[in-house]
Amino acid sequence: MKTEIIAAGFGGQGVLSMGKILAYSGLMDDKEVTWMPSYGPEQRGGTANVTVILSDERISSPVLDTYDIVIALNQQSLDKFGPRVKKGGILIYDTNGIHKHPERTDIDVYPINAMDAALELGNSKAYNMIVMGALLEAMEYKIPMENVVKGLKKSLPERHHKLIPVNQQAIEKGRTLLKKK
Amino acid sequence: MEEIRLMKGNEAIAHAAIRYGCDGYFGYPITPQSEVLETLEALMPWETTGMVVVQAESEVAAINMVYGGAATGKAVMTSSSSPGVSLKQEGISYIAASSLPALILNVMRGGPGLGTIQPSQADYFQAVKGGGHGDYHLIVLAPSTVQEMADFVGLGFDLAFKYCNPSMILADGIVGQMMEKVVLPEQRPRRTDAEIREQCPWAATGREGRRKRNVVTSLELESDKMEIINNQLQAKYREIEANETRWEEIDTADADYLIISFGSVARISTKAKELAEDEGIKVGIIRPITLWPFPTEAIRKAAEGKKGILVVELNAGQMIEDVRLAVHDSLPVKHFGRMGGIIPSPSEIVTALKEKLIAQA
Repeated sequence: MKTEIIAAGFGGQGVLSMGKILAYSGLMDDKEVTWMPSYGPEQRGGTANVTVILSDERISSPVLDTYDIVIALNQQSLDKFGPRVKKGGILIYDTNGIHKHPERTDIDVYPINAMDAALELGNSKAYNMIVMGALLEAMEYKIPMENVVKGLKKSLPERHHKLIPVNQQAIEKGRTLLKKK
Repeated sequence: MEEIRLMKGNEAIAHAAIRYGCDGYFGYPITPQSEVLETLEALMPWETTGMVVVQAESEVAAINMVYGGAATGKAVMTSSSSPGVSLKQEGISYIAASSLPALILNVMRGGPGLGTIQPSQADYFQAVKGGGHGDYHLIVLAPSTVQEMADFVGLGFDLAFKYCNPSMILADGIVGQMMEKVVLPEQRPRRTDAEIREQCPWAATGREGRRKRNVVTSLELESDKMEIINNQLQAKYREIEANETRWEEIDTADADYLIISFGSVARISTKAKELAEDEGIKVGIIRPITLWPFPTEAIRKAAEGKKGILVVELNAGQMIEDVRLAVHDSLPVKHFGRMGGIIPSPSEIVTALKEKLIAQA
C-alpha cells in the first residue's frame, strides 16, 4: 500500500494542519509517513499546499509529479494539480468560487461544498475536518476511525483536546458529502 | 520501547541535541531553520539537563559563543541558514584552526545574497571547500531524512570530539521543514567537569594544579610553527578521510547509468530511478553521506563500466566537480540542477538523464 496525496488551497484554510492530522493518523496505523509543506509567506494568504505520503514501505521522494489523490480548495490549486491526478486516481475539490470545473473522465471526481457543511455544524473552523472526512471516505486505504482520533490527539496541543469531538463530528459529516460527479 | 514520533527535521535536531547531552546552543533565527531555536525554547532544557540555550544578538555573536564554549571542552552548537552561515565563516575558520569540537547546522536556502527562503544546496562549495579562510576542513554530513537529522547530531558531535574538529550538518529546506517518523536517541547525561578534564586535556578548564596553562588560540606569528600547525591539521584530515567516509549505494552493480546526489535530492533521484526502470533504463544511485570526506574511491569503483553519470543538485553544479575528480572524466559526467528554491520532480530528472546522457551516447 502506498497513497500519495496533495492538498492545496488558500493559506488559512487549514490544509497544512489537515495534512498533519492525516499523517499522524497514518502513523497511528503503523504506516511510514512523510508530510511536506510548501512553506513561506503562505500563512499570510496566497496558496499553501502539503504533500502527504502514507506507505507500508520506506518512502523515497517527498516530491512527486503525480498523485493518487488531489484535494483542491480553490481555482488556482484545481488548475495546477487537477491535471496531475494519476489515471484512475481521485480528485476532490471544493466548488466554492470555482468557475472552471474539471473535465477529466479518466479519474474519479468528487465536488464538495465543505464550507456550507461546516456552517451547518455551526463551526466554520471545522472546514478542514469536513474536507478530511471526504478524503478518508474516498481513500482506498481505510484508516480505522480510532486511529484517526489518536492522530487528532497527537497533532492537537493538549489545550485543544476538548475540540476533538467537534472535529470527529466534522469528519463524519464530511464523509457523507462524497458523491461522484 | 522508544516512542516513535512525527516531527520536522528542525525539531528533530533540537530534541536530539538535548538527548545527546549538548551543553549549549547559540543561535539567531532565520527561515527555514527557526524551529531549531523555537523547539529548544519550548522544551526548556535548562530546567532538565542544564543545557544552555541563547538567542544571540547576531550570527557572528552566536558562532563566537560556540568558539568560547568549545574551548572549555563543552559540547556546543549553532544553527542557521545560508546567509547566516556566511556570517559565521570567520568564527568557523578560527574554531577549525584551534582544533576545537563543535557542531554547526546549515539548513540551506536559495542564494546568493538574501535570496529566497525555499530549499537549496548551493552552499556545497562553502561547506566542503572552506568557506572561511585558510587550509581547513569541516566534517560535513548531509542528511536525507528526518531520522538522519536526529542521528547526525550525535554522529556530528562524536566525530567532532574524536578528531577535535568542527562538524557541519549540511541540510536543506526540504529536510528541515518535512515531517517524518523519527526514533530519538536515549537521553544521555551531560558530561561532568571531571569527565571533560579527563577526555579533553586541551580544554581551558582552569589550571587545576597543572604546571602549564592550556591556551586555545588560532594565532601563531612564527611561520615555522604555523607550518607545523598546518601539517598537524593536514595529518588529521588524512586520518579523517581514511576512517570516516560514508555513503549509500542502491543497485549500482547492475546499472548502466549512475545518478549521484546528496541530501533530500537523493530521494527524488531514487524515485527517478524507479521511473527510469519502467522505461527499461538501468540506474544506480550513489548518495554521499559525508560530503567531506568525499566518497571518491567508492564513486570511482562504481563508475567502472558505466555509460555515464548524472549529478543532480539544487545548484548550478558544485558536487559535480568532486565527482569528475573521482572518475578523471573516464566517462561522461553531466549535471542537472534547479536553482533559486525550485525543487525538481522525479520525471524532470529522468528527462535530464535521457537528454544529457542517453541521447548523446
